[in-house]
Amino acid sequence: MPHSVSNSPPNDMEQIMGDASPQNGDSQTTDNDIPMAEAEETPTATDGDEKKDVKLEDLFADVDSDDEFPSSKPAETKPSSSPEAPSSPMDIETDVKASDPEIMRMFYQRLFPWRHLFQWLNHSPTPTNDFGHREFALTLQGDIYLRYMSYPTSDLLRKDILSKMPSRFEIGPVYTTNPRDRKTLRNLSAFKPLSKELCFDIDLTDYDDIRTCCDKANICNKCWQFMTMAIKVIDAALRDDFGFKHIMWVYSGRRGAHAWVCDKKARVMDDQKRRAVAGYLEVIRGGAQSGKKVNVRRPLHPHLSRSLDILAPHFQTDVLESQDPWSTPARAEHLLSLLPDKTLNDSLRKKWDSSPGRASASKWADIDAVAKSGAGGKSLDTRTLLEAKQDVVLEYTYPRLDIEVSKKLNHLLKSPFVVHPGTGRVCVPINTKRLEEFDPLAVPTVQGLLAEIDGWEGGGGGGGAGAEEEGKGENVQDWEKTSLKPYIEAFRGFVLALMKDERDPKVKRERDEDEGMEF
Amino acid sequence: MLRQDYNRIDPKRRNVLDYRKKQFADPAYKETEYPHRLNFYATPPTADITLEQFEQWAIDRLRILAELEACSFRNKSPAETASHMKPLLEKYLPLDSNTSSSSKLFAERQKDHYSHFILRLAFASTEDLRRRFSRVETMLFRLRLNEDTLRERNAFVQSINLDCEPVTEEERNEYRDELAATAGFRKNNEDELWFKVDWERVPDLVEGRRVFLKAGKAYVPSREQASMVVAEFTQRLERALELTARALPRLDEDDRLTPILDHLSKNFTTPDASYNSSTSSVPGADISARNVDALSSHFPLCMQHLHRSLRRDSHLKHFGRLQYTLFLKGIGLNLEESLVFWRTSFNKVSDDTFNKEYKYNVRHSYGDVGGDSNRRGGGYSPFSCQKILTEHPPGPGEAHGCPYRHFNLENLNTLLQGVGISDRAVLQGVKQDKDSQKFHMACNRVFEYVHKKEIQKAKEEGIMTSAQLETIVHPNEYFKRSYLLKNLGKVKTEDVKMEG
Ligand SMILES: [Zn+2]
Repeated sequence: MPHSVSNSPPNDMEQIMGDASPQNGDSQTTDNDIPMAEAEETPTATDGDEKKDVKLEDLFADVDSDDEFPSSKPAETKPSSSPEAPSSPMDIETDVKASDPEIMRMFYQRLFPWRHLFQWLNHSPTPTNDFGHREFALTLQGDIYLRYMSYPTSDLLRKDILSKMPSRFEIGPVYTTNPRDRKTLRNLSAFKPLSKELCFDIDLTDYDDIRTCCDKANICNKCWQFMTMAIKVIDAALRDDFGFKHIMWVYSGRRGAHAWVCDKKARVMDDQKRRAVAGYLEVIRGGAQSGKKVNVRRPLHPHLSRSLDILAPHFQTDVLESQDPWSTPARAEHLLSLLPDKTLNDSLRKKWDSSPGRASASKWADIDAVAKSGAGGKSLDTRTLLEAKQDVVLEYTYPRLDIEVSKKLNHLLKSPFVVHPGTGRVCVPINTKRLEEFDPLAVPTVQGLLAEIDGWEGGGGGGGAGAEEEGKGENVQDWEKTSLKPYIEAFRGFVLALMKDERDPKVKRERDEDEGMEF
Repeated sequence: MLRQDYNRIDPKRRNVLDYRKKQFADPAYKETEYPHRLNFYATPPTADITLEQFEQWAIDRLRILAELEACSFRNKSPAETASHMKPLLEKYLPLDSNTSSSSKLFAERQKDHYSHFILRLAFASTEDLRRRFSRVETMLFRLRLNEDTLRERNAFVQSINLDCEPVTEEERNEYRDELAATAGFRKNNEDELWFKVDWERVPDLVEGRRVFLKAGKAYVPSREQASMVVAEFTQRLERALELTARALPRLDEDDRLTPILDHLSKNFTTPDASYNSSTSSVPGADISARNVDALSSHFPLCMQHLHRSLRRDSHLKHFGRLQYTLFLKGIGLNLEESLVFWRTSFNKVSDDTFNKEYKYNVRHSYGDVGGDSNRRGGGYSPFSCQKILTEHPPGPGEAHGCPYRHFNLENLNTLLQGVGISDRAVLQGVKQDKDSQKFHMACNRVFEYVHKKEIQKAKEEGIMTSAQLETIVHPNEYFKRSYLLKNLGKVKTEDVKMEG
């Protein structure tokens, strides 16, 4: 073999081109086109450089108390909302953009659950390297992307976020050393990711070829059902098969959901193990040109039989009935391309051509009916047909994972509870026990939440509340005045259970039954 | 082994070298025995060997490893690899079984043992080398494990002490269906022995859904034990390599070994690394943004598909841009021209969007921006077939990857016909190659068809040697060879002859 050029890929290739880029599908751009600037490449991004743009009033706002959730009075600059309807988020949504710096500041200052976030990542009440060596990546206004930020304490994180005012921030792995010191290390290979939650990212844009109600960034409750199915299937596998317990699902703010598997065993997995989990869960494969997307061995693996059991009812209602995926001849042709028998297909095609507009549910039923009537090929046996139909069900319901996110230890993922700059919605945890009730379109928006604080009347008693109740109201933290409350409480419960297991892993076996996220 | 060498530096460092002593130098000098053909290489060698043996044994093993790696790059099946390797192994690294009654058992096993440890030293220095070394050593180990007799294999497996729990009768009944579903088609799985281990011990079985999982335990049928043994081998080797890497700085002081080890690691090159910017470009060709359309007739199918997708959509997704940018860089399109090319191709986006979202990536690929190491390295190397075949398979709406692998047959045929290949025999051959997962073969088959006349001419006139016409395993090699062949006579023959 010739010359050894050893044009060995530079160390940061992977980081920039592959893993580390913020590929949660909710970026504003149309696909994964993320500006991939490293901190040092962007002249405006050096530490302490942002001062020049800071307004005087912001400096004052910044020196606010260190209290986690200061109970603050409504700020003057706040957009006014009509006093009659303080709780309706829609009122001001049209007026003020979620990415408005003032809105973001108030959100980070008054609503963001800093302490729980800290404990969640730190796994203990007192600061450890789990938090201190953890990478944060900040997306600032103007698409400046700061990587390798880290903070010794929750308070310093909060302060930095308040001073830099990122439109969002992401969470990466815990490194062997403080990410900020990586440049000073003589040997760069000593700077390595050690642990991170196992993450999953599911995005409705990956369902564009099978959802008929919406496309691209748009979603509605019909297509959100794909997400419901996905969460059920992945959650069941992670818990029953892999034995993970601390799993948090988070709404990504627009059209997707993230899972954070926080068990210690999951966090310390190397890339090979992450790849193994990802491969185990991945069923839908292939790009636009690959044709049949489901190719699974028979007999079906227990994970797939269980998934089919979960998915079959959804296929009937959420796919056949509400998506009507094969309404047009062109779409029906795709269904036929997944069936194994040419004669059967010809019979079906004839039948459907003669009744245009036939509903997908009927077409689905036609397959068996026509096959039974003998109009399918002679060679067609029922098992082959059944298996093909199972594959169709899987293609139209099985979770479509953005699998790269799960494969790499050093992939970054958007933090829970940040605000999606486009929709203003908060990335709240999803209660998997009441998954069907989750309505992404009703998730609190930052503008709505701020209005709720404004309109808060001390527990709804109005002006006539007694002195005692009023006194109590003084101690109520801002988030408790809003519809964010159940989500933060659920997060707190999740974090407490995690910390408890971390502290005392021995006793966890006895009491892990009810460790789901309680709302 | 190497006892003298270590002792030479030992005295002044005795206090700090505990880990190294454990790793290399057993002070007891006890004669190593080799009861099994296979070796987990847990104990470092201690007897003396000559410097000549040191070098020769290492080179012999290296030959084997490089060949194994080449097999995997060429996508050979395990069976093909085994038959390809057989004569080479017999020649360079024979390893007979206990039943063979060979008189050379000890010598063979000693050479195997020592050469492994020498190469550990040579390849421990960087993470990349360590990864490659453990990958090919694992391939070698798997190959040998598979050809072991059942009895010897069992004896060996016993000796390495894999702790795993047998699945009880009760559990086997409880999970009868699940176990049956993962046992494959073997009907008599009632007799199958099962044991359960933490799933992390068998990641490849998990990844392929070949085991039943319950609460973090994998239920492994005994015939899959080989895969566990292999996983264990890799894991232990990786750990040992880390230790070796930490011990290496000490070794630098031995001036007799360093050049040998250095030389060994430099010779560990493979087809994958054979791309070289200085030899992949084509002298005299007009490699410019406006000429890419014309040049694209010389592109392999993967790049033609990217080019066509780009022209159709005025857009490519991230990995498509990356794959294509680096390919174009490889054919000699400079940064300036590349930026012109991408800007004009993305004709539906504004300057602002282009500058913000795409320009940086192109510049980064060329090493114009990025961290120090990126700039020093001149950006990234163009992707080899191996990389395109195995990394980042295309998702919905993505055009990168290898059409021979990532397209279904129908779409592949459409694409081939779209670029003018409709010969039945060729299409049939491509189908067979695809079915047997020989994607390189399919690509080379198409190349040979398209350049049939020219190849014949080049051979007849002795313009290109057969070495220069061997299997293409890099898209840039495809381009270069295609361009040269189609321009025979136009490009000066000396230039051609100097290649390769
Ligand atoms: Zn919809």
